[in-house]
Amino acid sequence: VAYMGVVGSFPFNSFLSSVLSCIGSAVLAVCLRIQVNKDNKEFKDLPPERAFADFVLCNLVLHLVIMNFLG
Amino acid sequence: PRPAPRADETLAQIPPPRPPMAAAASTMLESLPAPLLRALRLKTKQQELLLRVSALALIYVLAFAVRLFSVLRYESMIHEFDPYFNYRTTLYLTEHGYSEFWNWFDHESWYPLGRVVGGTLFPGLMVTAALLHRLLRALSLAVHIREVCVLTAPFFAANTTLVAYAFGREIWDSGAGLVAAALIAVCPGYISRSVAGSYDNEGVAIFALLLTFYLFVRAVNTGSLAWSLAAAFGYFYMVSAWGGYVFIINLLPLYVLVLLVTGRYSQRLYVAYNCTYVLGMLLGMQIRFVGFQHVQSGEHMAAMGVFFLLQVFFFLDWVKYMLNDVKLFKSFLRITLTCVISVGTLALGIGTASGYISPWTGRFYSLLDPTYAKDHIPIIASVSEHQPTAWSSFMFDFHILLFLFPAGLYFCFKRLSDATIFIVMYGLTSMYFAGVMVRLILVAAPAVCLISAIAVSATIKNLTTLIRSKSKSPQTTGKTTGSKAAAKGAVDQPLPFQHNVAVALLLGAFYLLSRYAIHCTWVTSEAYSSPSIVLSARGHNGGRVIFDDYREAYYWLRQNTPTDAKIMSWWDYGYQITAMGNRTVIVDNNTWNNTHIATVGRAMSSYEDEAYEIMQSLDVNYVLVVFGGVTGYSSDDINKFLWMVRIGGGVFPVIKEPDYLVNGEYRVDKGASPKMLNCLMYKLCYYRFGELTTEYGKPPGYDRVRGVEIGNKDIKLEYLEEAFTTSNWIVRIYKVKPPKNRS
Repeated sequence: VAYMGVVGSFPFNSFLSSVLSCIGSAVLAVCLRIQVNKDNKEFKDLPPERAFADFVLCNLVLHLVIMNFLG
Repeated sequence: PRPAPRADETLAQIPPPRPPMAAAASTMLESLPAPLLRALRLKTKQQELLLRVSALALIYVLAFAVRLFSVLRYESMIHEFDPYFNYRTTLYLTEHGYSEFWNWFDHESWYPLGRVVGGTLFPGLMVTAALLHRLLRALSLAVHIREVCVLTAPFFAANTTLVAYAFGREIWDSGAGLVAAALIAVCPGYISRSVAGSYDNEGVAIFALLLTFYLFVRAVNTGSLAWSLAAAFGYFYMVSAWGGYVFIINLLPLYVLVLLVTGRYSQRLYVAYNCTYVLGMLLGMQIRFVGFQHVQSGEHMAAMGVFFLLQVFFFLDWVKYMLNDVKLFKSFLRITLTCVISVGTLALGIGTASGYISPWTGRFYSLLDPTYAKDHIPIIASVSEHQPTAWSSFMFDFHILLFLFPAGLYFCFKRLSDATIFIVMYGLTSMYFAGVMVRLILVAAPAVCLISAIAVSATIKNLTTLIRSKSKSPQTTGKTTGSKAAAKGAVDQPLPFQHNVAVALLLGAFYLLSRYAIHCTWVTSEAYSSPSIVLSARGHNGGRVIFDDYREAYYWLRQNTPTDAKIMSWWDYGYQITAMGNRTVIVDNNTWNNTHIATVGRAMSSYEDEAYEIMQSLDVNYVLVVFGGVTGYSSDDINKFLWMVRIGGGVFPVIKEPDYLVNGEYRVDKGASPKMLNCLMYKLCYYRFGELTTEYGKPPGYDRVRGVEIGNKDIKLEYLEEAFTTSNWIVRIYKVKPPKNRS
């Protein structure tokens, strides 16, 4: 991000895709941790395997779109 | 066939196998005499499943069939103006393949500017139709792409009923889902834009809208990443289909905000919104037309703001969980909140002031401030679909749903949950926007149907429970499962006429719903099934007379003009001319370049010699005008003329609107202003009309639309000559003469 700030954001879609990739991965990781945490009463009946499978699927889609967007 | 009332009645009597909400389920179960029905419960479940599936199948077929009136009456063709462009692009897509389509530069419209089609349209509809076409071809059903295009909208309307069923089941229970599906299958507000032949973006967009909302509500209810991913895909489909996706990207953050404010923050919400927003935004930016608007345009900033707000909430929640000290947490809370709010407003302020975040575009700003368009952007104000809605339109499009809507709101408030809050918000916001613009009744239709379905289903369920409990009361008193059943039995006894009143009310509801179905079918048949390109009227003997003038003119153009001829006409007809006449036009319905349209407007409203100079500069070969004076067709160019003046005058101050009016009145007879009597549009429309007798007993040159005898009958054209006039004088084409050899 600092690099882009210095050079300028000419290939804006590359910049955007990298920023969103970071944010997206972070968000998905947080969601996974929420879902797997045994202390959370709202996710009691969600088996952790299912949570992990969802996480993997979402990451797959995220990275596919990022790769398409990088140009 | 009217499956809707019968389905409500029978289904409400049988308990659904999936208990929707704990409280409702327990009351239902307690009202059953346990030993008697437990043996039959399996059979009831199967019966109920059969009834549900068959009702849904009938609703699906009904939704498809009710939209086929115009195909049966006229022929299978594309209606209106915009769908012709969509049809042309779909044709191009099927012939040339996907990468050619994505990079297509169209030089046949907006001469001499051309149009980057790949980057300025929403590809969802075309890609869907092309995929359907390919699928049918793969099944070796050789259909022409036009048939697929004509029937795409009814097909997707039928799919929308299925989504409405699922959504209703998510919000309330399966009974409400069925009623919602039945209501939306015939709702005129939706039929108006999804009739067979209306090959327009809204046909698939409403399906995508409802699908996205359903998937998001399901994600919030379950908190699973998989449903959020599905919601993001639904949003991607919506972005690819229609510009109205801005409604979704603003309603979702508004909904999250309302949930936060009412104290319903939960981690399911966090998971659902985050995943949907990030993935949806990324997917949305893949469409070239949308581009980077998700991070740069003011209309999308609400979503981003709420995204950051959610992070803050989550952070605070986590800190509260870590810290055990309440006082410390409170001070921490105060510091964080002030910090966050100041940073947020600063960022927003800098962004808007420096112009990085573009302000709300005129199209959407006029939704918030309805008077904006009339003063500043006349071209938006001139579209008839953008006018504010009259009460009669509401009644016409919604019928009984209008008063079932508040009733449904009441029921939603009685049983508030995350899902019902969503549907209430969707309903209220879409009704507000439907009041601002007629076209947006379409967006409000699913919300109104769903909420009314809740009202209908809850009322009928209560009524039938009353009927059933009264008839089975000797058995309920025998079983004392909980205090609720005993209390109910105790309360029910003293009211003597309850059974009869309940039956009477049920019959009343049945009657209302059947009247609704009749009204909807009548509305569809009379009002919404006319392809605007073919007009029909009743002759003297009552038989139907068909005016096919538009197509006659376009085919004349196609066959009798050189292939590089350029046609000037008002922008309404541009798409049709390029699609059917296959010639280059100067301006068309995309209306992206206001100055170009204003140039055409100026040419139409100037004297013939000034107009000739403008036409020479644009290389115009033919001019096309639409004239309804002979047939009484009222949406012709003379009636639209004042808009041409206003739009032209908006860019070129030479054209002044008062020049064409007499005392503020728009006239075409002898008392009209001299500028009006000699402008190009007047001359082209009324050329040789002064010799024609249109009505028995009236003087020649009697204009049947305006109801007056025209003022200037002796028209001579110097720079143009008449090329073609259709058989009912509706479309008139003139050839522009080349400049004289000696000046």
